[in-house]
Amino acid sequence: MFYRENGQFKSSYAADQQLLPILQDRVFMFALVAFAFIVVPLVVTDYVFLSLLIPFLILALAAIGLNLVVGYCGQISIGHAAFMAVGAYAAYNLVLRVPQLNFLVVLVLAGLVAAAVGLVFGIPSLRIKGLYLAVATLGAQFFMDWLFARVKWFTNYAHSGSVQTAPVELFGWSINSPQEKYVFLLAVLIVFTVIARNLVRGHIGRAWMAMRDMDVAAEVIGIRPVYAKLSAFAVSSFYVGVAGALWGFVHLGSWEPAAFNLTLSLNLLFMIIIGGMGSILGSFFGAAFIVVLPILLNQLPQFLGIPMSTAMVSHLEFMIFGALIVFFLIVEPHGLARLWAIGKEKLRLWPFPH
Amino acid sequence: MHKAKFVGLAVGLATAVAFGTGSALAQDKKGAPAKKAAAAGGGEQFFPVLSYRTGAYAPNGIPFANGFVDYLKLVNARDGGINGVRITFEECETGYATDRGVECYERLKGKGPTGATLFHPLSTGITFAVTDKSFVDKIPIVTFGYGRADSVDGTVFGWNFPLGGTYWDAADMLVQHVGKINGGVDKLKGKKIALVYHDSPYGKEPIALLEERARMHGYQLLLLPVTHPGVEQKATWLQIRQQRPDYVFLWGWGVMNSTSIKEAVATGYPRNQMYGVWWSGAEPDVTPAGDGAKGYNALTFLAPAGQGQVHKDIIKYVHDKGDATGKKEGFGEVLYNRGMVGAMMSVESVRRAQVRHGRKPLTGEQVRWGLENLAIDQAAIKRLGFEGFMSPISTSCVDHRGDSVAGIHTWDGKQWVVQKDVKLVADQAIIRPMIRASAEKYAAEKKIVKRDCAKESQQ
Repeated sequence: MFYRENGQFKSSYAADQQLLPILQDRVFMFALVAFAFIVVPLVVTDYVFLSLLIPFLILALAAIGLNLVVGYCGQISIGHAAFMAVGAYAAYNLVLRVPQLNFLVVLVLAGLVAAAVGLVFGIPSLRIKGLYLAVATLGAQFFMDWLFARVKWFTNYAHSGSVQTAPVELFGWSINSPQEKYVFLLAVLIVFTVIARNLVRGHIGRAWMAMRDMDVAAEVIGIRPVYAKLSAFAVSSFYVGVAGALWGFVHLGSWEPAAFNLTLSLNLLFMIIIGGMGSILGSFFGAAFIVVLPILLNQLPQFLGIPMSTAMVSHLEFMIFGALIVFFLIVEPHGLARLWAIGKEKLRLWPFPH
Repeated sequence: MHKAKFVGLAVGLATAVAFGTGSALAQDKKGAPAKKAAAAGGGEQFFPVLSYRTGAYAPNGIPFANGFVDYLKLVNARDGGINGVRITFEECETGYATDRGVECYERLKGKGPTGATLFHPLSTGITFAVTDKSFVDKIPIVTFGYGRADSVDGTVFGWNFPLGGTYWDAADMLVQHVGKINGGVDKLKGKKIALVYHDSPYGKEPIALLEERARMHGYQLLLLPVTHPGVEQKATWLQIRQQRPDYVFLWGWGVMNSTSIKEAVATGYPRNQMYGVWWSGAEPDVTPAGDGAKGYNALTFLAPAGQGQVHKDIIKYVHDKGDATGKKEGFGEVLYNRGMVGAMMSVESVRRAQVRHGRKPLTGEQVRWGLENLAIDQAAIKRLGFEGFMSPISTSCVDHRGDSVAGIHTWDGKQWVVQKDVKLVADQAIIRPMIRASAEKYAAEKKIVKRDCAKESQQ
């Protein structure tokens, strides 16, 4: 009923190739974006912005980045928080040492630095794959943890290793209030999502997916593994680096090397596993699941008016959260994005399934 | 069947989301308009309590939180609140994690009729993170004995209050103390001091001062970081066995402290040459090491172990009424008492602020005046029943720390014994220039306009 695309004929290549070929999808997407830009800033409280929406937007961007290399190219990485750290510290040093730079330029440069580092740590993927590669990427994590904790130049010789940043300014617009941060992040995220969507359905993305599905066959049809794998690592690290810079500058404002530790890497990985590997939409679902759900669970007993000690609440939070992860992985191993796709398929036939 | 599953899921998610945002919405809405109408007076002062009763730091977090909350309950039960303004409070579990701490801060800052009174982040990492927010939210961040050392400077850090001492003070006191044992700090030349520290902003804070002192006195400083949570220290203590430092300063927290002491026993490093900071000298730190902990020393400030008049009141008004917090864990222990003193100083700063702003629920901004004009003298300490548990303290707009005095206590196998006639005062001639330089750097990086204290006091 909602998804009857009868009568929507494609009469040009442009119509055939657009991102959202079905009218209902386009309308829905534009409505959603308009809602996110106009309605959300008006109705949502500061708490929801600062604790839920802002971390969600930034980690969704990071999850998209990780999904490019893990979900699309099939190269497992469990050290991606390291590239977030590279992005964040690169941006910090750029702002500190070249204060004239516009923040958008800083973001892109930070992404490029992270991409370069990602390229280096992607080199092992040329020789090893699967779990062995996963272990090799751990090296990135530990190396970066060590680097930013021990080499003082990166933290501008801060005596406790914690760095702080001034509020972001863009063309005289100081991004300070939660609403402004949200709108800025949303805009960045939309731009990067559109780029990612187009990347993965173009020849580059196809090369990645061919590599993921069977590397020997991909080589036979003329895809160069060096190029495909390293480009996936570089683009992925770029995304994650930008997300790291935003995490530091817009979300945290001051951070220590431990902000980008192994836990964050694993969380990113869980996001794309639960959300759906090889799906941009899944990155959003996964980020929402990991960021928002624990906080909601933590507040649930209070909403329901059940008196409970804070220790009990946080134990329960861990248990329920863990159980839900297991539940979703059993019900739909392909992630929440797959559930969404199934739902859409059903709605297309509803109310008269075959 | 698939459809049913999907619909159920969708409904579940939708309710969860609607529920979550809706309630958060409601809670903030309740806080926001009331904030403006503060003058009307609702008769309740809200204290947020950031605590950790789970995770690797729970053994230390639980007694502290119990002491803090018990004292707040006592003020309500015994005095009917602060000059008639009743205290309300809410705990939020941070697990010592910075991100959850910030979430708790955001969750609690708008509650109560006038918003949060002040925050005790109870973690240096969380302190660093919420310091930025305090400038916008105008809520004081009280970090007694922890937090940023440079936040003593009230002209830059307008909302931070490291009451009673910072890690630079602590490190300075320890160097003075071991200097005194050797017959003067100049005798430390050629000695080796190892700093075994928690590899986080907390543990790294004292390094700057220890390096400064090392330049002055010519001792050799070994820096030995221990990663969170600190249960793996074999490599660290291997280095100590090789290097044989004359003293080990321990800057640990939670399970890391007891692990260090156990490793010292295993390495054969004499415990009486080990000195912990005031966060490394409580009962949960030494009891797991059993007899091996005997002779271990630590700084103590504000509150040593023991019971005084205030404890009797807590038993009478809180525990006997069946209102004890968390099964009375740690009652009368070091951290319980310290939590109690923390609550007391918070309550007293509200009382002080009421002198200027009236006996009604106050906002964080109004309470700041109380914190900046805190004057708890010996008579006040006695009146409050805290005799022997803290030394007098007075603050100002420029100096957000007040006086910093500490002693040394030693674990005798059963209890902490305060060493007589050891009274350590940090040498501000060394620390003050460091604070100024560091605060200036912070102000420049964050583009902060400094406060003019002379002008404010005239208003």
